[in-house]
Amino acid sequence: MQAEPVLVAGLIEVCRATIADNTDHLCALDRAIGDGDHGTNMRRGCEAVSAEGESLSSLPFPDAVEKIGLTLVMNVGGAAGPLYGTLLMEIGRELRKSEEKADFSQVLKQAIDAVARRGRAHAGDKTLLDVLYPVHAALAKRSPLGDIARKAERSADRTAAMKAMRGRAAYLGDRSIGHVDPGASSCALLTTAICRYLGEHCQQ
Amino acid sequence: MNGKTTNVGIVIVSHSPLVARGIADMVRQMVGDCVPLAWSGGNVHGELGTDAGGILKAIEAAWSDAGVAVFVDLGGAETNSEMAIEMLGLPRAALVSICNAPLVEGAVIAAAEASGGASLAKVVATAEELSP
Repeated sequence: MQAEPVLVAGLIEVCRATIADNTDHLCALDRAIGDGDHGTNMRRGCEAVSAEGESLSSLPFPDAVEKIGLTLVMNVGGAAGPLYGTLLMEIGRELRKSEEKADFSQVLKQAIDAVARRGRAHAGDKTLLDVLYPVHAALAKRSPLGDIARKAERSADRTAAMKAMRGRAAYLGDRSIGHVDPGASSCALLTTAICRYLGEHCQQ
Repeated sequence: MNGKTTNVGIVIVSHSPLVARGIADMVRQMVGDCVPLAWSGGNVHGELGTDAGGILKAIEAAWSDAGVAVFVDLGGAETNSEMAIEMLGLPRAALVSICNAPLVEGAVIAAAEASGGASLAKVVATAEELSP
């Protein structure tokens, strides 16, 4: 395992690059069933995090994760800000509480539950939760990183068959069926980027 | 913030700065300066969207010890307003309510109610009566 500052800086950069490469794709998904700004919103958030990269990487890991969440809340500018922000802020707080003996799967579960409360959404509502829950399940089973990433991607694809129950897409009712949810898609892209980075740079 | 009024404050949150400002103008025309009033519209760059930091500032600007009623348009406006209220922290967060009411009519009726010195609970209930 490399030193934490390098890890934090590396993760920030791969997430920024992934969102930058997929901004147009995420906006296109969002134009189909929402207001079309998910890609640019996420890019703005990731760029804000990246701009603070140096100070973030000097913090203890839980503090850095919590601060990244707050930066996303303050900069994303759509519902994705509070949702991704809550996820990271809760992960940071839970990690700080559990200190050395952190079971990351437990920490992630607490954080995902907080996201569900924030969005008042459930599994199957066609949201990023439909990626987060399967990712957690794979992590809890100690699946290899590559399998977790593939599960995230397949889970995002599966949101196409779902009818949106939350967010702007819910206004479309049945017409939301047939389109992949943009939030689920960005969540799978970020999960894949993080898994690939950890696979290349960390001992499992 | 300045304690000049004991009336409940009103905050308007919209994805559009034009909508938020326009409704604030309508409220002001109705109740003048006797109700603390602020708005937040658009994302951090002033484009369509919402901004938790901006909403937090608006709540502080419209602060009244009697409480603040927040009116929102769509999804992200509500989620970001909840986030802003959390960031406000206790005890003040407990004195802020997001109203489940139409934005224009809700804000104007709530302000009229607030201008008569009604409690936060009464202001919110009056606005929410408009919801189907």
